[in-house]
Amino acid sequence: MPSNPGSNPGSNSGSIRLQVTRYRPESDSEPRFQEYDVPLRKEWTVLDGLNHVKNEVDTTLSFRWSCRMGICGSCGMNVNGDPKLTCAAFLDDYAPGPIRVEPLANFPVVRDLVVDINDFMEKLPRVKPWIIRDDDALLDGDGEIDGEYLQTPEELDAYKQFSMCINCMLCYAACPVYGLDPEFMGPAAIALAERYDLDSRDHGARERLDVLIEHEGVWGCTFVGECTRVCPNHVDPAGAIQRYKVKAAKENVMAFLLPRGAR
Amino acid sequence: MSRPRVEPLVWLMFSGGGVMAAVFLPVLVFMFAFAFPLEWISPPDHDHLSAVVGHPLTLLFLLGMFVVLLVHSAHRFRYTLYDGLQIKAKRTVAVLCYGTAAVGAITTVVVLLSAA
Amino acid sequence: MSTPRATEVRVYNRPMSTWWWTRRRTYFVFVMRELSSIFVAWFVGFLLAFVYSVGRSEAAYQDFLDWAATPWVVVINVIAAAFLALHVVTWFSLTPQAMDVRIGGQKAPAAAIIASQYVGLAVVSAFVLWLVTR
Repeated sequence: MPSNPGSNPGSNSGSIRLQVTRYRPESDSEPRFQEYDVPLRKEWTVLDGLNHVKNEVDTTLSFRWSCRMGICGSCGMNVNGDPKLTCAAFLDDYAPGPIRVEPLANFPVVRDLVVDINDFMEKLPRVKPWIIRDDDALLDGDGEIDGEYLQTPEELDAYKQFSMCINCMLCYAACPVYGLDPEFMGPAAIALAERYDLDSRDHGARERLDVLIEHEGVWGCTFVGECTRVCPNHVDPAGAIQRYKVKAAKENVMAFLLPRGAR
Repeated sequence: MSRPRVEPLVWLMFSGGGVMAAVFLPVLVFMFAFAFPLEWISPPDHDHLSAVVGHPLTLLFLLGMFVVLLVHSAHRFRYTLYDGLQIKAKRTVAVLCYGTAAVGAITTVVVLLSAA
Repeated sequence: MSTPRATEVRVYNRPMSTWWWTRRRTYFVFVMRELSSIFVAWFVGFLLAFVYSVGRSEAAYQDFLDWAATPWVVVINVIAAAFLALHVVTWFSLTPQAMDVRIGGQKAPAAAIIASQYVGLAVVSAFVLWLVTR
């Protein structure tokens, strides 16, 4: 456990109220809110507030977190209705409060602020987010990988934006289409597919398109655009999805115009 | 591997309609819904309009534009019903929306032919 | 390489309210944007009525102009035009996200793409206005 700022209240400038979702599956039929007052300190985030509660006030509170610096993507919650990384949401910005802290929207609640992310974990591999090659340029005589695929800075630049995704799922929480139809592949998975499509080392665009051209692939998206607005790393999943629609449409027009063998 | 699908084609027409609605519709609406009826600009005489509208190129252009605008509307409204009102009878909604657009397209052909 | 699923727990599924789109400004604008489709369809009908009247006779054309000047038609047209304006603005502003425009290998700035669309709108409008009123 990292050092907890809560153990040293220090220069306290009052307190702020957190309204936190509690849900215990063994006893509760539905979630309810519980209120906690936490010290309002300039450098404290919502996550610091929750850790203060967990360490000093109520040890039964459950929530996910790890790195506290916007890298791991595990502390996503709905803060006053907005999907946020709680490690990047400062208490001070919500003063005087109260601050409503809820589990990430559109996902089933497991306990308190913890959501079930299995659906996302099952969707992710379906778009094959890894480098696919149809040759074995790097294999040596013994079938061992030897060497690396080189890339220019321009080639890196082509996909870099889409590679910043930390799988925090804020975009899924912001997406009403996913909320209404969980079959929808969703923003992050499609953005990640685009990330590998745009990678000069990758040859797998065809395979990914076969997955995403399906009904539950890109077509459910109505370009609400909220996924892009909530993304902490400016990945722009909404843009990636529309570009996939263009790609799929092009591919389809070719399929109509050209006879089977010619493609 | 991939067989031709309907969804991408409908989406292409939706997009085309969106562009037409954004680029061509404003000036047409300005003239025929406001400027001429309300006499902000004196309406052009009938002979001139008849010549412009009756020109084969105009008719062809209007046909293409009206059809993609209708598909655009039907497609968008379909998803508004799914998302906004959470209507679960998705097939029925789709048939009604695109069906209305198809009827509109036939009406368009009839009207344009009558003006030729 | 599948990881074993955790013990089944009784999860709580939060239902989505029918009024979800009223809870957030961006969602509301989104639904209004989508509703512009109704008014685009209205204008298609309106313009078809115009073409039909012009095709019939001079008198029918005059009748169309009179009908289009009646208060209820003007009110509908004003509302429809407001939704059309919303469509124009949102459509143009979303284009840079949907299209990856590159000039000389460089990604074209979003502002340039948006501005060029307005230029296109102005050119088309001027041409159509000239064609109809010359």
